[in-house]
Amino acid sequence: MSTQRAFAAALIDTRLPCPEGLCSANGADPASRFAVYRNNVQGSLINALSDSYPVVAQLVGDEFFRAMATVFVQQQPPQSPLMCRYGEAFADFIAAFEPAGDVPYLADVARLEHLRTLAYHAADALPVRAEQITAALADVQTLSELRFEFHPSLHLLDSAFAMVAIWGAHQHDSTLAGVDTHQRQNALVLRNGLDVEVFALDPGASTFIRNLIDGQPLLKAAENSPEFDLAQTLGLLIGRNAITHLNNKELP
Amino acid sequence: MFIANHPAHPATQAALRELPPRAGLGLKTGHFREVLGSQPDIGFFEVHAENYMVDGGPFHHFLGLIREQYPLSLHGVGLSIGAEGPLDKQHLKRLAELIRRYQPQSFSEHLAWSSHGPVFLNDLLPLAYDTPTLNRVCEHIDQVQNTLKRPMLLENPATYLGFQRSTIDEPDFIAEVIRRSGCGLLLDVNNVYVSCVNHQRDPLAYLDALPLHAVGEIHLAGFAEDCDNLGDRLLIDDHGAPIDQAVWRLYRQVLQRIGPVATLIERDNQVPAFAVLLAEAQQADALLRDAGGRT
Repeated sequence: MSTQRAFAAALIDTRLPCPEGLCSANGADPASRFAVYRNNVQGSLINALSDSYPVVAQLVGDEFFRAMATVFVQQQPPQSPLMCRYGEAFADFIAAFEPAGDVPYLADVARLEHLRTLAYHAADALPVRAEQITAALADVQTLSELRFEFHPSLHLLDSAFAMVAIWGAHQHDSTLAGVDTHQRQNALVLRNGLDVEVFALDPGASTFIRNLIDGQPLLKAAENSPEFDLAQTLGLLIGRNAITHLNNKELP
Repeated sequence: MFIANHPAHPATQAALRELPPRAGLGLKTGHFREVLGSQPDIGFFEVHAENYMVDGGPFHHFLGLIREQYPLSLHGVGLSIGAEGPLDKQHLKRLAELIRRYQPQSFSEHLAWSSHGPVFLNDLLPLAYDTPTLNRVCEHIDQVQNTLKRPMLLENPATYLGFQRSTIDEPDFIAEVIRRSGCGLLLDVNNVYVSCVNHQRDPLAYLDALPLHAVGEIHLAGFAEDCDNLGDRLLIDDHGAPIDQAVWRLYRQVLQRIGPVATLIERDNQVPAFAVLLAEAQQADALLRDAGGRT
């Protein structure tokens, strides 16, 4: 019989009784000793989530967050010793967590915070120098086939809510006064040097970058997008060191 | 009573003590810039291996710069050496890659388990000390040392309960693992104190039953106070407080027995300003100097 299976199960599921076969030198109830491990496991996993999702925690308050995280921990304990990966499924869990239903943007804020974690730890890559990009844009011979590759930290997120503004409001004063939470927003997340940055994009700019990620050449990617400011979007991508490779080979 | 075998890589004391015999600090992300800016006089830094199992970004950037200037101890918290199941080969590969990248002076892990099947429990969980566990732990350490091609240090645990089926005393169990596998001992003095209070043992007798010749590194940390249902003291190894006077006293006893050995000040919760940790490291350095080390 596996001792560790019963021990592990009772650590995660706090409704289970203390496992059999435990003892203490002073004759204390083993359950009072087992409780230390249970508290350590539950507490450390909940703290890991609260470290990864600070704005979600602020939006619902610490008590609600910990109660919600407790349910998540029981349903979906970590599957890897890499704790920076824990909580990948937290946003989907929140979306289906009925008690959080009156904060409809909560799941998208969680998605944004998760993308920030991914961006923070994403692989390093050197940006293409701005002069090289400008030269490629000016080369009429190759412009129609010019493609971009982006930094591994770059992610897009579209939301029916103003999750960039909501997230941004919680970086300082934590007030949502003046934020229209039900305004659609498209987020761009990337790491510029050592810092993770978040921007709100027009829907057209978001589609354009998505098209580029899908491998469309620059001009096609722009044509296939709703109206947006191409110069401003390129300026943002260049200025934030997001472009890490140019593919501007001439057509055969 | 034990099945005799011989370690594939018997490690010399020198190979287990590549860290300088000085005080070191756990490297905290909040202290990266201060360490690089102030270049404190510290014997070494220690990091949790799992935190650096990421592709890129600030963690690798800062650790790379700090590694250029300081010796490094790589301390694993997720290998689950005491698990009933097999070791996670992917995790071992990640460890090998980190060791290749940073060339740490020491690699250590715990006499504990933290995974069961696919589930990772994020805590160092206690083992029943019997012959099947002994065989399994030795096999796992052999596998680690063969994969990493270097000896590892095994840390004595802080525990809160025992198992009815245990047949071997903890220090004897540790001594036999070290004898068979050829690994070294990471002597956590706080864990010795915490476990001895929790199990009503004499810390000095426990210490003297350990294979102190194999100590390659020492850990010092603070604990939290709790009590069990009988109202007896129950100490929790939470790394969230300054080192207790009782642990400092025990540390002096250790140094008297084995001389100066690299000593880490561990703090993982309620991390104070860097200067506060540095002061604790200087306190340990003074004791190491008294014990005959160079600083």
